Amino acid sequence: MTHLTRLLAGVALSLSTTAHAADAPAPSDVTYDEYGAVDASLTGEPGDPAEGAKILADRSLGNCVTCHQVSDLADVPFQGEVGPALDGVADRWTEADLRGIVANAKQTFPGTIMPAFYKSDGYIRPGDAFTGAAAEGPLDPLLSAQQIEDVVAYLMTLKES
Amino acid sequence: MMKMTLTSSGLILAALGGAAFAQEEPELVINGEIPITTRAEAPASVEGALPEVISGWEFRSPETQSLEEDDFENPGMIFVDDARAQFDTAMGPDDQACSSCHDTPEDLAGARAVYPKWDEEHGEVQTLEMQVNECLTERMSTDAWEYTSNDMTNMMALLASVSRGMPVNVAIDGPAQSTWEQGKDIYYTRYGQLELACANCHEDNYGNMLRADHLSQGQINGFPAYRLKNAQLNSVHDRFKGCIRDTRAETFEPGSPEFIALELYVASRGNGLSVEGPSVRN
Ligand code: HEC
Ligand code: HEC
Repeated sequence: MTHLTRLLAGVALSLSTTAHAADAPAPSDVTYDEYGAVDASLTGEPGDPAEGAKILADRSLGNCVTCHQVSDLADVPFQGEVGPALDGVADRWTEADLRGIVANAKQTFPGTIMPAFYKSDGYIRPGDAFTGAAAEGPLDPLLSAQQIEDVVAYLMTLKES
Repeated sequence: MMKMTLTSSGLILAALGGAAFAQEEPELVINGEIPITTRAEAPASVEGALPEVISGWEFRSPETQSLEEDDFENPGMIFVDDARAQFDTAMGPDDQACSSCHDTPEDLAGARAVYPKWDEEHGEVQTLEMQVNECLTERMSTDAWEYTSNDMTNMMALLASVSRGMPVNVAIDGPAQSTWEQGKDIYYTRYGQLELACANCHEDNYGNMLRADHLSQGQINGFPAYRLKNAQLNSVHDRFKGCIRDTRAETFEPGSPEFIALELYVASRGNGLSVEGPSVRN
């Protein structure tokens, strides 16, 4: 009985995730303002900062620490120095700015090395993940709409003042 | 007072190029007798793009660096010995060995330093692998080796080893120029879902840490490279393949026209550095 309930709860959860994903704008439909900011939440749901922290550190997800140092994630080894340290980003940027930077940093910093995490086309020789083979069919963005919101929610906690 | 001056010059150095350059320049001498130029004036090929060119050796840890100082410590030299045996082995219907035409590998000293280069007879830019395959098929009437096979990569290690210490000097003008231009285009193209070009990592960010990796200039003067990570010799085109794959892109194939052009271009970015292969990397 308990088992069944859990199972059903699981199904309900995955159904609701799908529903939200369907509501989220496609990457090409996201509107950026002239400075690259995105005002509206991509999902209409608040992000989960704890999930966001995991996404920043996980190699198979955002892997943001490849390029950025984050003192708050001091237990994550080998943080990179290709991008600026993210300490205090919430003091420097608004939530809308950060959403834009994470979704497609090229709108805020033209030509930046930082990959666009909510984008799914316009690539040169896109691959099938890290296999080196050609991508088959349309690509998913590197992070889902909800994962972008989770990352933004985490970045909003990085305050120094 | 003394202390202050030291600290501030340290800061300036660190600000200029990251930790690697704040230290005194290390010097590589192999077997106590072959001095290796690991840092050279920027050649014409990188005019305006790099202030100087630096071997990947300088970016490795002191432990990894020291493995290259002595052939008895360098695991890549085992493959050089294999290739020396191969050099004297008769192949094909006429029982010809490399040594039938070239006597000793030392006779080929200097070749590694000038390849890839324009081949008049075939009307194309040839890599050293293509030249070896030309000898196998056209002079020895036997089968070509697969581009990144062990036989081929070991032979590359032997040919590099007898040229160690000589300056890389690849020609980029004349008939090779259009291939060089094609290689340059590839070097600056942002491939894959991560939209990264060779230049994003190896020109804009050398000296910086990319997660656990200390980014070098991605020079190929040290190839083939024995990598501690996979405990084998790695060929130039396999390295290119790995780097492009890491951008979530569809790679090119070893021996493809794209990688031949890219090799010519990347080799020319190291003009003036010493041939250093087989090198040791992590
Ligand atoms: C390949 C390198 C790279 C990766 C991966 C990367 N970034 Fe960045 N990021 C940069 C660079 C470089 C900048 C600075 C903008 C510029 O000048 O190009 C930047 C800027 C930023 C900024 C603005 C920082 C400031 O203080 O102005 C934020 C916020 C940010 N990145 C968040 C992220 C997050 C979150 C992720 C992962 C989901 C991520 N980055 C992944 C390279 C990267
Ligand atoms: C996402 C970053 C990234 C990109 C893009 C990239 N590389 Fe690399 N490359 C690395 C890392 C990390 C290493 C290992 C550390 C080092 O030597 O820089 C490396 C190593 C190399 C080496 C070995 C250098 C040595 O001395 O052993 C070569 C050669 C090289 N890269 C060439 C290229 C070329 C050519 C391209 C483009 C086709 C390219 N790389 C694109 C990250 C990258």
